[in-house]
Amino acid sequence: MTETELLTWVRGPGFQIATIIFVMGIMLRLLEILMLGRKADLAEAKGSEMSSGLRTIFSRTLPDASTFKRSTFTITAGYIFHVGLFVVIFLFAPHILLFKDVIGFGWPALPSTVIDATAVVTIITLVVVLAHRLKDPVKRFLSTFDDYLGWFVTILPLITGYIAFHRIGISAPALIAIHILSVELLMVVFPFTKLMHTFTLVLARWYNGAISGFRGVQS
Amino acid sequence: MTNDLSRKDKTLGEALRSQGVSRRSFLKFCAATASMMALPPSMIPTIANALEKARRPSVIWLSFQECTGCTESLTRAHTATIESLIFDSISLDYHHTLQAAAGHAAEAAREAAMEENDGQYLLVVDGSIPLGNPGYSTIAGISNYDMLMDTAKGAAAIISVGTCAAFGGIPHARPNPTGAVSVSDIIKDKPIINVPGCPPIPVVITGVLTHFLTFGAIPDLDDLGRPKTFFGQSIHDRCYRRPFYDKGLFAETFDDEGARLGWCLYKLGCKGPTTYNACATTKWNGGVSFPIESGHPCLGCSEPDFWDGGGFYKAISMPTENITKTTIYAAAAGVAAGVAIGATGRMKKASASKAHQKVTIDDLEK
Amino acid sequence: MSESSLPQFNIQIGNELTWNVQPILHEIRHALRKLLETGENSIIDLRSIPLAPGEEETIIATLGCGEVHAKLNALGPSEIYETRFAGVWLTTHFNEESSIIGRFIEVTRFPDILKSQQEDMTISLDQLEHELEHESLSDQTETDAETNT
Repeated sequence: MTETELLTWVRGPGFQIATIIFVMGIMLRLLEILMLGRKADLAEAKGSEMSSGLRTIFSRTLPDASTFKRSTFTITAGYIFHVGLFVVIFLFAPHILLFKDVIGFGWPALPSTVIDATAVVTIITLVVVLAHRLKDPVKRFLSTFDDYLGWFVTILPLITGYIAFHRIGISAPALIAIHILSVELLMVVFPFTKLMHTFTLVLARWYNGAISGFRGVQS
Repeated sequence: MTNDLSRKDKTLGEALRSQGVSRRSFLKFCAATASMMALPPSMIPTIANALEKARRPSVIWLSFQECTGCTESLTRAHTATIESLIFDSISLDYHHTLQAAAGHAAEAAREAAMEENDGQYLLVVDGSIPLGNPGYSTIAGISNYDMLMDTAKGAAAIISVGTCAAFGGIPHARPNPTGAVSVSDIIKDKPIINVPGCPPIPVVITGVLTHFLTFGAIPDLDDLGRPKTFFGQSIHDRCYRRPFYDKGLFAETFDDEGARLGWCLYKLGCKGPTTYNACATTKWNGGVSFPIESGHPCLGCSEPDFWDGGGFYKAISMPTENITKTTIYAAAAGVAAGVAIGATGRMKKASASKAHQKVTIDDLEK
Repeated sequence: MSESSLPQFNIQIGNELTWNVQPILHEIRHALRKLLETGENSIIDLRSIPLAPGEEETIIATLGCGEVHAKLNALGPSEIYETRFAGVWLTTHFNEESSIIGRFIEVTRFPDILKSQQEDMTISLDQLEHELEHESLSDQTETDAETNT
C-alpha cells in the first residue's frame, strides 16, 4: 500500500470504523452503568440530591487542602497535562476543522506557535508522570496493563502530531497518516479502558454529591 | 540551411551552432537550464561541456488515454524558447499531435525509428492505459496495451509524463470504468521515470530530458519514481505562505480579509503538506505564479489518487466520509446495545435476588 | 460596477513575514569580500529561493543601478548591469516571449557571458575571411557578390 493510499484510508474507512467503535463503546458503557440503577433509599431525605450532585460535579475540580498537600506532584502534573491535552486537541485550527465537519460548528483557534509549545510541555509532563508512577513503590504495585495502555495511546498522538507538524523524517503523507492512525487507535481502545473516566467522572462526582446531599452533609 | 538528416550526426553544440545559435546564446541557454534543473550556478560550465558534446537521442512519444494537456503544457511557444530548443535538440520521431505524418505513414515512421535506434531510444508516454477493454483506446487499430508493450521492448528508458501515465490519473479515479492503469503497473523490466502533475510544469518535463542529455543517465528518483530534483520537496516546505501556517493565520473563504492578505489556504483544502512538486519554487508560466500565490489551494495533482483524496476543498485534517451520519447511527446502535445489555444485567440481578434464600436461626442450628 | 466595489487585493506582503531579503544581502556581502580577498567569483540564483511576491523587487531596488548597462540579444533579450555596488552584477535572461528564464546576481569583475566567446570568434574569423576573399574576386570580375548567411 502506498503512502497516499494509507492516508486516503485513514481519512476515510479507517476513521469511520474508529468512530463507530468509539461512539458505540461509550454509549454502551455509560448505559450499562445507568441501567443498573440504585437501590431505593427508604430513609427520609435531609437535603436535595440533585442540587448537591450537580454542584459537586464542578466543585470537585479543585482539590481540597489536605489532599493537595498529600499528593501535590500528582495533582499538579495531572492538571498540566490535562489542560495541555485540551488546548492541543480543541484549540488547534486543523483539529477545529475536523470538529466543524462532524458536529457542524467550529470556534476560534489559538496561534499555532502556542499549540506547539503546549504540546511540548504536555509530552514532557506525561513522561515525568510515567516516571513517577514507575518509581513510587505503591503506585507501581497498583498499576496494571490498563494504566500503561492508557498512557501509551494518549502520548502517541501527541508525539506523532508534533512530528507531522514539524515534518521530521519520512515523507509527509506518511507522517500525517500515522498521526491520524494513532488517533484512531486511541478511539478504538478508549471505551474499554480507564480512559472512560472522561465521562464516568461526571457520574461519579454526581453520585458522591447526591448521597451526601441526601444525608444533608457537605460533599 | 542545414539538412535534416545530417543534424542527427551532429552533437548538440554543433547542431545549435549550425542553427545560428551563438556560443554566447548557448551559455545563456545553459545558465537558464541550470536554474531550471535547480542545480547550483557553479555547475553551469559542467552543463555547457556536457551539452556541447551530447548526441541527440531519438524520442518516441506515445499518447494514450489523455487529454493532451501534457503536450500542450510542453509546447506552448512557437518561437525559440529554451523549452523548444531542448525539444529541437532531441529527435522527436513520433508524436500524434505534433507530427505532420498521419495514418500508415506515421506508424511506419515509428517502426523505422524503433528499428534504427533499437535499445537506445527514449520512450515518452502520456495518458493511462485501459485494461478493461482494449477497444476503449486504440491508435491505428492497435490497443494502447499492445503498442506500449511493443514499443517498450527496444527503449533505453521510459518517461511517464503526467499523472495519468505515472499513476493512472483521472481515468483511474473511482470507479475507474475503463480499468485504467499507469505505465509502471504494466512495464516492469525497464527504467521508468515518473514526471507527474496535471499537467507537469513544462520546465520539469524538459528538465528531465535535459538531465538525460547532460549526464547521459536517469536522475535520482524518489520511492514513487519521481526525479528528486523537482519532486524532492513538498509544496508546504517551500511555500512562501508557510509563516502564516506556522502562526495559525488562515483564510476562511476565498475573498475574506485573510485571503486578501495572502494567508495560508489550509482551511480551503490546500494539499500542499502532502504534495511533492516544484510549483512553489519553479512556479508556472516562466515563474509568474503558482496556484497558491494566485489564491487557490493546491490540488495535490502530482500525487497518486489525488482525485479521490476527499475533495479539493476539504482540508487534510477533515475525514473524507460523512462522519456526522456515522456518529448518529453509532450512538443509536450504542444506546440500543447498552439498553439491551443493561436490561440483561437487571434481569440477572432480579433473578439473583429472587433466588436468594434467607438463612434463619433454624438453618444454622441444623 | 464601480471601481470602489471591486475587491482590493494585496498580495505584496514583501518582507514583513518571510524575511528573505536580509540574508541574501549578507550573502552578497560575503561574496564581495571573497572576490576582493581571493579573486574568486560567485553566482546566486535568485530563482532557486522561494521569494514571496515583492521580495525580489525589494532586493533589486536595494541593489540599485551602477555605471554599466548591457543588453544582449541572444535567444531573446538579456539585461546585465552593474548595481550601485561595484563587482555586484544583476543578470536577467528573457526568452523571445519576454518571460524571465533566469535571474542571477553575479559577484565578479566582469560576467563571463559578456566576453566574446572562442567558438563565435572562430566562426566570425572564417566568415570575415570568406567575405574579404569574395569581395576581392568580385572586384576583379565585377559580378554581384554572394553573401553566405
